[in-house]
This record gives sequence, structure tokens and C-alpha cells, in this order.
Amino acid sequence: MIRTVISRLLQGIVVVFCLLLITFMLVRLMPGDPFSGEKAHAAHIIEKNKARFHLDKSNTEQFIVYLGLLARGELGDSPVKEQPVSKIIRHSFPASLVLGIAGMIIAILIGIPAGILSALKKNSYIDYSTMVIAMAGISIPSFVIAPLLAGQVATRIPFLKVAGWGDPLDWLLPALTLGLATAAYLARITRGGMLEVLNQDYIRTAHAKGVHPAVVVTKHAIRGGIIPAIAYIGPAFAMLITGSFIIETIFQVPGMGQHFVNATKDRDYFLLQGVVILFGTLIVFANLAADIVLAMLNPRIRA
Amino acid sequence: MSKDIHNQPIDKGHSLWSDAWLRLRKNKMAMVSMVILFIIGILCFILPAFSIIPDPNTQDLNNTFLPPSGDYPLGTDQSGRDLLARLLYGGQISLLVGIVATTVSVIIGLIYGAIAGYAGGKTDSLMMRIVDILYGLPFLVLVILFSLLISEHAKELTDALIGRWPDHAVFIKKFVNLVPLFIAIGALGWLTMARVARAQVMSLKKQEFVEAAVSLGLSHRRILMRHIMPNMLGPVIVYATLTVPGFVLTEATLSFLGLGVESPNSSWGILLSEGANYMETHPRLLIIPSITFSLTLLALNFLGDGLRDALDPKAAKD
Repeated sequence: MIRTVISRLLQGIVVVFCLLLITFMLVRLMPGDPFSGEKAHAAHIIEKNKARFHLDKSNTEQFIVYLGLLARGELGDSPVKEQPVSKIIRHSFPASLVLGIAGMIIAILIGIPAGILSALKKNSYIDYSTMVIAMAGISIPSFVIAPLLAGQVATRIPFLKVAGWGDPLDWLLPALTLGLATAAYLARITRGGMLEVLNQDYIRTAHAKGVHPAVVVTKHAIRGGIIPAIAYIGPAFAMLITGSFIIETIFQVPGMGQHFVNATKDRDYFLLQGVVILFGTLIVFANLAADIVLAMLNPRIRA
Repeated sequence: MSKDIHNQPIDKGHSLWSDAWLRLRKNKMAMVSMVILFIIGILCFILPAFSIIPDPNTQDLNNTFLPPSGDYPLGTDQSGRDLLARLLYGGQISLLVGIVATTVSVIIGLIYGAIAGYAGGKTDSLMMRIVDILYGLPFLVLVILFSLLISEHAKELTDALIGRWPDHAVFIKKFVNLVPLFIAIGALGWLTMARVARAQVMSLKKQEFVEAAVSLGLSHRRILMRHIMPNMLGPVIVYATLTVPGFVLTEATLSFLGLGVESPNSSWGILLSEGANYMETHPRLLIIPSITFSLTLLALNFLGDGLRDALDPKAAKD
């Protein structure tokens, strides 16, 4: 087990390194640089600025300098915002994290019970309607649901605001929008997993022994049936945190999403690299955590 | 008439395809989806060819935000452009991105996965490790970076093409600008297809008819192309269908963020992002594209699901 975790961590470092390398090359291959934006400076100031961020050197040298920074635990300064990247991330990451966690909780609370119910009432109207709603949840993108919720719902309910990130009530609409698609996927996956388990011999045995149907479901079926859903939750959580920038834009959440989009547009090399490293690390850890939980739930994978 | 009877085989037998068609026909949601997609396809690709639909880019600042009427079936937008025309032309772009990017990704994924699965051993594990690494990368992040990178070269290409054929400037501008999106989405979206193709090749490789082909001394190329590829068609079609809605959604997301299709071209993503600006005063501008877009994605997903159940009964989850 420990060996698997260590080898997966090493593999994760390789993934993040590749991601960093690809990002590093792509941003520098893109036309323009951090100083070619709207603020047109005199040539000698630009030269000075470029020298300050080592942008006058070759890409290989820049990469080595950057790796040196990382080795010291730093992410460099943002040439556009003129602030340390770590500071920008520290200020914006909590909002994205809170939004991601709230979205995941909503997704689990809606998706898993819906999937279990659907599987228990297979081929009934409850099953069909749940699955049609789930398909709609997958198909209708968040940037359709978000403006509709903000424009049509928030304006009618007095204690909800159209946008903002002040008190926890403001979290509700963005988290709901973020969680709905994941809830829909979870419902479909849970249903599939439950159906597979419900056909197994040990479930029939439990029924034959006269175990109460509710106990069969809660004690025997769910434990196995929920495994595919848990395998999905890990990567999905990382996706919720890293992929919420549309929702952050619409609901004006001060999260990382805006920085990611703006850094791409402004060619803010260092900010973009910092955000990408964080996103990549999150994805690696989420996948690893999902695998560990799976191994604990399912003795057959443990080996 | 009697002639016909004699010419017909006694029992036509059931091919994979006729069985699949029978199963698909029983799936009501998939059939309804097929009809809806057919209608949307005709509306977007055929209707604008006739001159009934006005130009989607003609602005008329005296007639902004008009409600639906005889002249404007769905009303006009903030610049006085006909919303129906924008919706149909936008649909062309959105659907085209979905279809072309899917084709690109299927070709790459199929070749990559088939080679990995057929070669096996170290080649296979190296190739699949690369796929694992690429899986760990955030898709949207890379698509954005990649498409920005190619779009610079696309501009040069546009200028060159317009210099060559000045008469077709509008057409060239419209489609060459989309090339970066096609390539970026397709070139990064082939990973799942590669895994599907590899798994399929690995299981086919062990079957007797492939062993027979090997013992006949056929070349690897011929075995792959003539004996393995045709048997992979089912799962490939299924996953391609399921990929289209994802890519249409990617295009819309990018355009919504202002990083995808550029105006004056319209796409469903652009209509949605423009509509979102007027959601409080003119919700029609958001709601009509939302319904069209969601309906299309819903139909594509249902059709993909139905095809999977029909063509690949073992993969079906119920």
C-alpha cells in the first residue's frame, strides 16, 4: 500500500512537471509578452522590466531560473500585477476552495440518493424521470444555468443576491450551479454501480435469509454499489475547483478562475505557471485520494 | 412479383448492424433525439442556403431589442440583428466545431490506441503512460493556450488565402478562424478514444480470425486495416457520438469566456455570453439560445447513450 502511494506520488510529480513544461513552452510561443499589453512603455523601460523577470534570456535559462525559484518554495512575481504570485493565489484560492467544497457537498447530497433510489426502483417512472433529469443536468452547461438562476431566481428571492461573495448565503447559488452537473453524473454512476451489486448472489442470499430489505440495501448493497461513485468523486472534486471560472465570472466570486483567464489573456507568464502548478497538484492529489479510499473499501484492489 | 421471391435469400440473417438498428429503434429517447438533431441540422445547414433568412451580421441600430414579429420571428438583438439568423448561423459553427474536432480526435485516438494495443509489451506501456500523463492535465487550460498559439498562424493563413482568392474573403475569414479551435480541441481530446481503441484491439488480437490471419503470414498493416479496424467500428461510433456534445460544450465555454470564436462570427457560445449581459432586461436573448443549445446537447447525449446500448450491449450499465 505505502509503496503504491509513493510510486503514485512520484508519478504525480512527473505529471505536474510535464504540465509545467508544456505550459511554460506554450505561453512563450504565444505572440506578445507581459509587457506588450495596453500599458505601452518606452523601450528602455520594457528592456529593464524584461531583465528583471529574466525574460531577456533564452527559454532554457528561464526555465532553469524558474525551477530554482520553485526549489526555494517561491512562485515568482507577476509582471502584470506586480505582486508575488503566491500572494495572489493565497488571496483567491480560499474562495475557489469553498465554492468547490460546497458544490461537491450539494452534488453528493443530491446525486447519490437519487442514483440509489433510481436503482432500487429500476424501470419505474421514478427511475425514468430521475435519469432524464440527470441527462438534462449533464447537458445543460453551467453558463446557461448560472445566468438564469442569477437573473430569474436571485432577483425574486429577497435574501439572495445576484452576485457577490460576502456571507455564506452568497455561496448558495454558485455552489448549486457548480454542483448540479456533478450531481447528475453521480446519480448515473451510482445507479449503474447499485444495479450491478443488486444482481449479485450475496444480495440474494441476504434476502433469502430473511434479512429486512432496508438492511440489505443499507448494510450490503450500498457498500459495494457506491464504489464507482467514490472513484468519480476524487477527480470530480479537482475539476470543481479548477473548472469553476465560468461560475466565478458570472457570480463575481473572487476566486482563482478570473486570474487564470486574465493571466492567459495578459500573457502573465508567472501567474499562469503558478495557477497551473496548483491545478495540476490538486488533480494529482484528488486522484490519489480517490484510489486510497477505493483500496480501503474494496479489499480486492488492495493487494 | 414471384421473381422477387425467388431472388431473395431465405433468411437474410442478422448482422451486427441490423440487430443494433432494431435495438436502437426500441429506444424512444434515442429516436426522438435523432429526429430533433435531424431537424436542427436541416435548420442550421440547409435553411440559410436559401435567401429567406436575413444576413446574421447586418446591424440596424433603429431596430434593437425588437420583440418577435412577422419580420423577425425571434426578434432582434442589442445591435438590431435578426436573432433567428444568428441562431442558425451560430448553430452551423457550433455543430461544425463539434463534428470536425471529433473527427480529428477519433483519427488520432484510433491510430494511437490501435498501435499501442497491437504492439503490446513495452511500446504499449510507454504509449499508455504518456496518455496517463496527458489525462492529468487540465483540458480547458491546454485548449486555451494551444488555440491562442495556433490562431496567430491561422491569421497568416487567412491573409494568404484572401490574397489568393479575394472573392471568397467572407467565407475564408469565417472558416479559417475556426481552424485553431478544431485543432486544439481535437488534438487534446483524443485520450479517451485511444483507451477505447486499445482495449478493443487487445481483445480482438486474441481471437481466432486474427490468429488465422497471422498464421497466413499477412503483414501487420493488413491485419490491422483489414481484420481489426472493421471490427472496432461499433465502439468507435459510440464514443465519437458521445464526444460531440462535449466538444460543442468546450467551444461554447471558450467563446463564452471570449477565447473561442471571434465576432462578428456567431456561435451558440457567443449568443449565450451576449444574452447573459441582457438577462434582466431582455431575458429572451438568453433563453432562446439556451433552449436551442441545451436541447441539442441533450439529444446528442441521448443518442450516444442509445447507440452504446444498441451497438455495445456489454458496456451498457443496465
